[in-house]
Amino acid sequence: MEDTTQGTKVEPKKFMLVNSRAPHGTVYALEALEVVLIAATFDQDVSLVFLDDGVFSLVKGQKTSGLEMKNFSPMYRALDDYDVNKLYVERESMESRGLKASDLLVEVEVLDRKELSERMEQQDVLLSF
Amino acid sequence: MLHIVNKSPFERPALELCLRMAQPGSAVLLIEDGVYAATAGGAWAERVGSAAAGLQFYALVPDIEARGLQGRIIDGISLIDYAGFVDLVTTHRPVQSWL
Repeated sequence: MEDTTQGTKVEPKKFMLVNSRAPHGTVYALEALEVVLIAATFDQDVSLVFLDDGVFSLVKGQKTSGLEMKNFSPMYRALDDYDVNKLYVERESMESRGLKASDLLVEVEVLDRKELSERMEQQDVLLSF
Repeated sequence: MLHIVNKSPFERPALELCLRMAQPGSAVLLIEDGVYAATAGGAWAERVGSAAAGLQFYALVPDIEARGLQGRIIDGISLIDYAGFVDLVTTHRPVQSWL
């Protein structure tokens, strides 16, 4: 991205969005999706983490017609089109919720708690949802 | 008595409090994020399953489907729709919504 005021090239920052809440009981998961698309539009280096109840956002087969609410879960599959393809799931959170990677609607990298915390250390910006 | 729990047991102690306080024979209705407590294979499944021996457990189907949990709810939970929710509320006194 060109910074026209300085005339120098600005390096993209590493943004990590940490999703730790379930998808439909609160608006946080949907808000995180909005932010990830904005960050990707500005060509930033974006990754998404699914931790604690955030893992539930990726469960296959969500059907919200009974709630008369938008089902935003297919949007996770579209992230790759925006060059957002770093999706990390914490193994411990996934397993304690009775889930396997094959229960999730998108390709993710399953990391254990220690690996994930190391990736967090490498970020410029961390945002929690 | 009817107890209603609408928070994930992983996030808030609402279900924990409910199970501690519920008298045998009471009804417990899981709605919204409360339905995650009854996920098969999850860390809470065993706890809910054994509590279901003394309590009547119900869970709301539209909330289960929204979360992709259809077919993943443990045995011993009665699955109900909104009309069933109304029936529970009208046939139980008092009603406690745990937060």
